[in-house]
Amino acid sequence: MNWISNYVKPTINSLFSRREVPENLWRKCDECGTMLFHRELTDALMVCPSCQHHMAISPRARFEALFDGGAFVTVPVPEPLADPLGFRDQKRYGERMREARRKTGEHEAMLVGEGTIGQAEVVCAAQDFSFMGGSMGMAVGNAIIAAAERAVAKHCPLILFAAAGGARMQEGILSLMQMPRTTVAVQMLREAGLPYITVLTHPTTGGVTASYAMLGDVQIAEPNALICFAGPRVIAQTIRETLPEGFQRAEYLLDHGMLDMVVHRRDMRDELATLIRMLMSLPPRSHGDLPAPEAAAPAPLPEPAPEPAPAAKAPAAKAEAQPPRG
Amino acid sequence: MQNYLDFEKGLAEIEGKAEELRALSRKNPDAPVEKEAAALDQKAHDLLRDLYANLDAWRKCQVARHPDRPHTADYIRALFTEYMPLAGDRNFAEDRAVLGGLARFDDRPVVVIGHEKGNDTRSRIEHNFGMARPEGYRKAVRLMDLADRFRLPVISLIDTTGAYPGKGAEERGQSEAIARSTEKCLAIGVPFVSVVIGEGGSGGAVAFATADRLAMLEHSVYSVISPEGCASILWKNAEKMKEAAAALRLTAQDLLKLGVIDRVIPEPVGGAQRHPDETISRVREAIASMLAELSGMAPEALRSARRRKFLDMGSKSLV
Ligand SMILES: [Zn+2]
Repeated sequence: MNWISNYVKPTINSLFSRREVPENLWRKCDECGTMLFHRELTDALMVCPSCQHHMAISPRARFEALFDGGAFVTVPVPEPLADPLGFRDQKRYGERMREARRKTGEHEAMLVGEGTIGQAEVVCAAQDFSFMGGSMGMAVGNAIIAAAERAVAKHCPLILFAAAGGARMQEGILSLMQMPRTTVAVQMLREAGLPYITVLTHPTTGGVTASYAMLGDVQIAEPNALICFAGPRVIAQTIRETLPEGFQRAEYLLDHGMLDMVVHRRDMRDELATLIRMLMSLPPRSHGDLPAPEAAAPAPLPEPAPEPAPAAKAPAAKAEAQPPRG
Repeated sequence: MQNYLDFEKGLAEIEGKAEELRALSRKNPDAPVEKEAAALDQKAHDLLRDLYANLDAWRKCQVARHPDRPHTADYIRALFTEYMPLAGDRNFAEDRAVLGGLARFDDRPVVVIGHEKGNDTRSRIEHNFGMARPEGYRKAVRLMDLADRFRLPVISLIDTTGAYPGKGAEERGQSEAIARSTEKCLAIGVPFVSVVIGEGGSGGAVAFATADRLAMLEHSVYSVISPEGCASILWKNAEKMKEAAAALRLTAQDLLKLGVIDRVIPEPVGGAQRHPDETISRVREAIASMLAELSGMAPEALRSARRRKFLDMGSKSLV
């Protein structure tokens, strides 16, 4: 895949060298306890091969698996004021931020990227649960607004992957104000006639669920994801109601009419590609699409094409997206 | 019968003594106690004034939750004429945690929406302690739609601990209901003013408080999470609610500095619970003045200014 190096060099390079993960690392499945080889797990997009539990996946790893050829350009997000309340619990907010940045190698809890999926232009935003629980603060709000503005400018859909424990308490009321702010972002898309698709991943709770996560034109969830406003523990403690099996999990929400579908992570890319092409009134997708970027594939056609091909195709390329590793 | 808060203990003692003296003089008219009682009254008044001039964040939470504060039903009775309650979400149920309907404010027809907590055991249960279920937000969406179609201003009164953490509320999609209600707030093309009269608890408050103008009573609070909830998560100890309340900066005064609200409505000395009528009349003036600020604005101008207001939030710091 050496053509990738000709394509959006800075971003790709930075992600290839970003985190050096020891290849011999073992990891235990959070759900079934099986010990999994790290390489095996990342190849399976962090889905446990033995119980199919969907573990958290970083926004970058998700984007690499999602965008054609793993290639995307990050969309810049305006930097909010740092720690406007001077918040301190047992630790200072600034200290928690530094820790989260060191741990994840990311700047904030949401990454926005643009590129193509199945050759259709798209903007994607993904929340990073490993960054302070994915919590929704001003930076996440800014990221969603930037993503919506970019999608409107490009006239393409926005796909948002939610994962958060809720609002970022360290930003107090300003985190709560991300509920209306992100709702304005959704309205921008609606008014521009552009699809807004949400993918709810484990866990999506609190103010995040009660704003942008639940306003999708189409709502998808990953299997067994916990999706709720008030979590099961809060309900059990305050109301003392006994909760049924599978309560607030993706399949339960599907049964109760709150979602359109539950989609396995390995199928997500195909489902999204099909969906956005229909919503954008594009012709059906031709399969086996790993597009060669135009810059790298200027090869003149040997014979005149009967009609202009909608997109160049690399004929023998495998459709399956392998997350590139450095 | 006055309900005293824990920090009002000294006040309770002084007022109790004054009351005892007066009781004594009723039995024994010759006892020269009136002067002494009047002195105690003055002392009590000074103490009350000083206490309420310096309420910390946690005390404000306590005052905001005071059971004797006027609630939405009291405001509706006093502020509006021809109140015509409307009911139901047209889908599942009528949620009595949310009151709303048509009414006249200064003779002008409006739509009013508010959380009602109730004021005795029976009415608290009826109103689910002001904690809406999905149907409450869906009713609010209906009412906002009605207002939009008939070009009536919306006035909302915020007073809720938060959304109801129950099985049924979750099953029937309270997240979605809150999200749609907030979205409707941002979509309507009519003047929309809101007042936090007690507690503005998290998403349940945002669902009706996403307005063109938001005022808060002096001792009301508006927060992303209750101090107890915040303390149990960040301090791993719900007893640290005082620290959490202070850290969250949830007072009307701080929210004004942050640009999240537009005005603070002063409460009479000792809080709304001691002077409900005076408080309600101050709220009336604030609503009239906020509506006047919006008068003559076209629907599209209202909508875009409202959205801009929220997009611009976050540019002011308290440090
Ligand atoms: Zn497993």
